[in-house]
Amino acid sequence: MEKWYLMTVVVLIGLTVRWTVSLNSYSGAGKPPMFGDYEAQRHWQEITFNLPVKQWYFNSSDNNLQYWGLDYPPLTAYHSLLCAYVAKFINPDWIALHTSRGYESQAHKLFMRTTVLIADLLIYIPAVVLYCCCLKEISTKKKIANALCILLYPGLILIDYGHFHLGFALWGVLGISCDCDLLGSLAFCLAINYKQMELYHALPFFCFLLGKCFKKGLKGKGFVLLVKLACIVVASFVLCWLPFFTEREQTLQVLRRLFPVDRGLFEDKVANIWCSFNVFLKIKDILPRHIQLIMSFCSTFLSLLPACIKLILQPSSKGFKFTLVSCALSFFLFSFQVHEKSILLVSLPVCLVLSEIPFMSTWFLLVSTFSMLPLLLKDELLMPSVVTTMAFFIACVTSFSIFEKTSEEELQLKSFSISVRKYLPCFTFLSRIIQYLFLISVITMVLLTLMTVTLDPPQKLPDLFSVLVCFVSCLNFLFFLVYFNIIIMWDSKSGRNQKKIS
Amino acid sequence: MAALTIATGTGNWFSALALGVTLLKCLLIPTYHSTDFEVHRNWLAITHSLPISQWYYEATSEWTLDYPPFFAWFEYILSHVAKYFDQEMLNVHNLNYSSSRTLLFQRFSVIFMDVLFVYAVRECCKCIDGKKVGKELTEKPKFILSVLLLWNFGLLIVDHIHFQYNGFLFGLMLLSIARLFQKRHMEGAFLFAVLLHFKHIYLYVAPAYGVYLLRSYCFTANKPDGSIRWKSFSFVRVISLGLVVFLVSALSLGPFLALNQLPQVFSRLFPFKRGLCHAYWAPNFWALYNALDKVLSVIGLKLKFLDPNNIPKASMTSGLVQQFQHTVLPSVTPLATLICTLIAILPSIFCLWFKPQGPRGFLRCLTLCALSSFMFGWHVHEKAILLAILPMRIGKNKDV
Repeated sequence: MEKWYLMTVVVLIGLTVRWTVSLNSYSGAGKPPMFGDYEAQRHWQEITFNLPVKQWYFNSSDNNLQYWGLDYPPLTAYHSLLCAYVAKFINPDWIALHTSRGYESQAHKLFMRTTVLIADLLIYIPAVVLYCCCLKEISTKKKIANALCILLYPGLILIDYGHFHLGFALWGVLGISCDCDLLGSLAFCLAINYKQMELYHALPFFCFLLGKCFKKGLKGKGFVLLVKLACIVVASFVLCWLPFFTEREQTLQVLRRLFPVDRGLFEDKVANIWCSFNVFLKIKDILPRHIQLIMSFCSTFLSLLPACIKLILQPSSKGFKFTLVSCALSFFLFSFQVHEKSILLVSLPVCLVLSEIPFMSTWFLLVSTFSMLPLLLKDELLMPSVVTTMAFFIACVTSFSIFEKTSEEELQLKSFSISVRKYLPCFTFLSRIIQYLFLISVITMVLLTLMTVTLDPPQKLPDLFSVLVCFVSCLNFLFFLVYFNIIIMWDSKSGRNQKKIS
Repeated sequence: MAALTIATGTGNWFSALALGVTLLKCLLIPTYHSTDFEVHRNWLAITHSLPISQWYYEATSEWTLDYPPFFAWFEYILSHVAKYFDQEMLNVHNLNYSSSRTLLFQRFSVIFMDVLFVYAVRECCKCIDGKKVGKELTEKPKFILSVLLLWNFGLLIVDHIHFQYNGFLFGLMLLSIARLFQKRHMEGAFLFAVLLHFKHIYLYVAPAYGVYLLRSYCFTANKPDGSIRWKSFSFVRVISLGLVVFLVSALSLGPFLALNQLPQVFSRLFPFKRGLCHAYWAPNFWALYNALDKVLSVIGLKLKFLDPNNIPKASMTSGLVQQFQHTVLPSVTPLATLICTLIAILPSIFCLWFKPQGPRGFLRCLTLCALSSFMFGWHVHEKAILLAILPMRIGKNKDV
């Protein structure tokens, strides 16, 4: 592409910001006995390197599952093994069995940060650059600006424990959008095998590909495509899980580690429905475990079903991306055992639609970063998070002029408004309402951030600020869920044709 | 919404550049910092805790005050803000004190003072005519200059990682250059005089200023062929320039003259005992000279031309800061370096005098003076190359 040098500058800016943020403290630094996610990653390198494959997911004297036991699919384990080989080459003390627990040193931090940066550089960043270059109907400058904004998204910079799975998922989306369905599905299968949370994205992939097969006709090309896709999915799963398919008990144990249904509806404070509900009604304690499971299962699927059915019936690239967003958001809001970091699974698809609805996407991405505030404060990342959020905001505002794109048409709500106006002729103030909501949301977020940082919570309610953050974020997310579903349901072919003509 | 747009400065790429680099500087806060961090903390302590008479005599720490008085006053003002961050950093005996609040304060003070640098860059941009080139933003000279100056990575590394206060000092220099371009010569001269009393390294470029102001400001007109018209000499202008420089110097050195401390101040400002080269050699002529000397001494020893007992023990490559003798080649004295520097800047000075080309000629001469002083000066730091790089940026852009 022309102006490749500008794209290089953008990538270098992204790398610089990531590297400077990684200079800060990491999760669990200096906090024995459990430390944090950083120690978990180091421990997995220790386990995968020193123990045979059959023992990775089992509890034993060498592998205490209570101390950061492996709870991600096999590809994570293989990746940790690869890093362990490099670690062994540099300093075997880092992964020595038992003795390296809680190992902390400057050199080790440099090593861990470098592995993350290389992972980003090899998988995630090329996917972003290629995705932006493949965007249609926008100028080169806008493509580069788009790449800059995606690379500056604070959430992925601050939570830097390697985003292999998001990188693979992005390759999956890229492949499928560019009609390389087989490669796209392969990439996505790898993503699922890396982190099981990618299952949040699985339904849209499935529905979109199924819809494509139906469109091509189930009696001819469509059927061939279906068979090919099925083969690829099965083959990739078998390849990744091969060492664990030898015994039934192995497979079951891995599944038990991946889906810990014993852990309960939610842990800690997370910006989803159940946690917010819990503020008023302690459902976690009232309802029995299996009822909680059924409740979350049903609500999740009820909220995402309309979009998925529409995607099967009318598969389109745009619908696919929006369905990714709404599906992942539904899962985040209603699912079982959701972690705060899972919002990144929603943020990635929103980054992909940044060029189509810049105003709402920027708003969402700001809220998603804000929702992780308690976690970021715990990891002492206040300064980097404020700085990166401001940088991201400035980049979006400068690149997309988002405040000028708040009309109904720009927000993709035109067809919805027209339908509503059939019953309520005075419904003309939708964009006004949305602008005011944005202002209220931003002001609330800034105020809450200031309060959390400067004030001490009252003694009776020590978690007051985290709960408030989660509650406010949850309200925002609910609004976005409704918004994205409206866009999907009211997106019609005629709307698209109109755009082409004009 | 319009208010928010204006507040975020969207329409203005300059604000976006300035804000962007400021945010990057904030991200650089937890990076490595050199001993210069302790140097400035020590100066904060000295100026805050001790009376003026002690400032240039205090030697508890090895990092004694060796900048001119205006910088000392600057540290004094900063120290009054510092006491709200961490009172302990202002204790002279707290050597190597670097609590997180101290770090935060010092880093933020550098970031804050860069406001002057941003303002100066803006003024320099105004001096550039960008109407000839096309509409593409990345091709506009103003944009290129702003990026090269605001996002200058040498300056970022030296100021925000290594830790120094070069940003606002270069701001003063760029501002004085901009004023000279705008034909506001008195302001330019005043700003440069002030700058000299902040950091005397800018003496490197003083000849350029002196000659330019004398030739193009004190002689108000030229003959048609461009040569000097002696009759147009303006005494008023010379005297007013002299007065400005004199007043600034009086303000700066006056208190120390009254205390009879001038020799001490000068010995601190010009420490010739520090040796020809810094611990880490600046890539200048004397580095080549030393290297040649080393190579020759090794060859000489191998071929038995030299007696090992005559070789001095102190080696130039040992990373120490002290005076040496060369083994094979003749030793270099401060006077020798001065003469070399003067010879090197003579051609550009001559051109500036005999064939003045207005501010552009001045800028070229300034860059050459800085570069020559870097090449041949006594005890030059590697960082001094910034003195040549930043004016060169403007020069390049004017020629676009």
